[in-house]
Amino acid sequence: MNLAFRDIRHSLGRFLLTCFGLSLLLGVVLSMIGIYRGLVEDALTLARSPQADIWVVESGSRGPFAESSRIPGDTREAIARLHGITATGAVTYQSVEARHGGKALRLYVVGYEPDRLGGPRQIVAGRTIARSHYEMVADARTKLSLGDQVPLGRNTFTVVGLTENQVASGGDPLVYLSLRDSQELQFELAPPAARRAMAGNGVISTTDTVNAIIARVSPNVQPATVTAATQRWKHLAAMTQIEQENILTRSVVERARKQIGLFTAILLTVSAVIIALIIYTMTMDKLREIATLKLIGAPDRTIIGLIVQQALAMGVIGFAFGALLITAIKDYFPRRVILQPGDGVALAAAVIIVCVLASALGVRLALKVDPGEALKG
Amino acid sequence: MGSDKPQPLVETRTISKRFGEGDARVDALREVSLAVYPGEVVGLLGPSGSGKTTLLNVIGCIVEPNAGWMSLDGEVVYDEGWRRSDLRRLRLEKIGFIFQFHNLLPFLNCFDNVAIVLNLAGFTPLAARQRAIELLEYLEVGHRKDAFPAQLSGGEAQRVAIARALANRPRIILADEPTAALDSERAGIVMDLLRKVAAEQHAAVLAVTHDDKIYDRLDRVFDLRDGRLGEDHEPKVGGMT
Repeated sequence: MNLAFRDIRHSLGRFLLTCFGLSLLLGVVLSMIGIYRGLVEDALTLARSPQADIWVVESGSRGPFAESSRIPGDTREAIARLHGITATGAVTYQSVEARHGGKALRLYVVGYEPDRLGGPRQIVAGRTIARSHYEMVADARTKLSLGDQVPLGRNTFTVVGLTENQVASGGDPLVYLSLRDSQELQFELAPPAARRAMAGNGVISTTDTVNAIIARVSPNVQPATVTAATQRWKHLAAMTQIEQENILTRSVVERARKQIGLFTAILLTVSAVIIALIIYTMTMDKLREIATLKLIGAPDRTIIGLIVQQALAMGVIGFAFGALLITAIKDYFPRRVILQPGDGVALAAAVIIVCVLASALGVRLALKVDPGEALKG
Repeated sequence: MGSDKPQPLVETRTISKRFGEGDARVDALREVSLAVYPGEVVGLLGPSGSGKTTLLNVIGCIVEPNAGWMSLDGEVVYDEGWRRSDLRRLRLEKIGFIFQFHNLLPFLNCFDNVAIVLNLAGFTPLAARQRAIELLEYLEVGHRKDAFPAQLSGGEAQRVAIARALANRPRIILADEPTAALDSERAGIVMDLLRKVAAEQHAAVLAVTHDDKIYDRLDRVFDLRDGRLGEDHEPKVGGMT
């Protein structure tokens, strides 16, 4: 006879309400893990999108995502001539705020040379940039549609293609422009500033500047040998794709990662305490019944089974509700929430362990109950 | 007591039990000796605080005495090397408890409240089912087998509690104020039932009671005052001794 099942069935409404409360808590834990994964994935998306093996940046800089990096636009030709390089591209990166439909739109602009490395990996609607000016490929998270006109700087761009899940580490969706347009947007002085520069020294600095050169290396060549070869240029530094990804995850989003990780740990601890309190209270409510069970000869394992099985049922049902809830609403979060099966399994295991440990308090209380309590009025 | 009497089902010799130490010491039982034989329904009388419940707890293997000797159905309890699991086994196999407030498990229906004892005793599900239904029918609450305790009247709940106490055919039935929550008619029915069980199963019934309505259903009574047990005697109907 399964006493835990019968007790749950007898007070099903109360039990399900408790499970629902727990599911909200576990849903928040799961969503925090998902946000953590999303943060890392978003940060890496930008670096992985060009499918490069080598990043060449300004000397003394850790690349365009960590700090400012400006190198001459013609560096690409020099890099392309190195042994083992099969493809190159010049890229710029810039955060901008545009207005569209009366609303502010935070965008992360990627400038690239059409037909070279650095463009969007996959277009889900429309096409890639075909003209050298005033065309834009935008991520679906911008809520822009094909044909929309977006003013950026002194020009207006037409959305010709859409991507999905292309966001920067800060969560801003990516838009792709031609390198020339992005350079104008980033480096060209506004007319009053240009006039002042002309009046000052009669020279306006060139806009042919890029943030990084990316390159793909032949499978027969070690990327590290290519990065070593770039040491000949004192004004350049190079890093492999793995090094670039490490900079993003270990440096750029490190604080946010730690913050979310810590918050997740606190939430898990709070969940454990709440589960323990719920189980303890459930046991307190049943002390007379436990005393009666002992009096009629129930062994300790029957009492322990009653408490532990209820705790496990509560944990499993709470986790399942929470997982379903977050899976259903994750796309409505402002930032990407990535739920990985491994994380779900790990949290489920953690919840089960927490339930078993938390029920120890209730079990301890139950085992101390004197069967004589059943005889008291 | 004559020498031709059978072996007692409950026998205590100079059982003592005290609580606390020093000024706070309370001698709940002082060298209590009694014997209850098969087929007997014996009353345990005494004012509040006289040690009736403590004696019931000692005989029910719930409270360990400080001194004395006790045997239940021929098995010596609290002898050398006794274990807690032995007491639990004795409660399950030899003793049936009936409480003043029935103490049915609220999350089990009547059938399960009876069947759980059989389940703990190792009956097969089919045998447990047959025995539980047979008992509920015998106590005229078979039609309420699917009801939960909260849905029962006081009399029905007490009869289900008796069914639970009798489920494993115990030789010793300990009842703590079994009729206190019942009217005269129901109290009489319950006591008649206990007498019938005692006679049919050769069981011993020891009932703590203040209820003078049931004195005529007792074979003998013991008076307990300040932890001391007086001589047993026949009940005096119409008032407490």
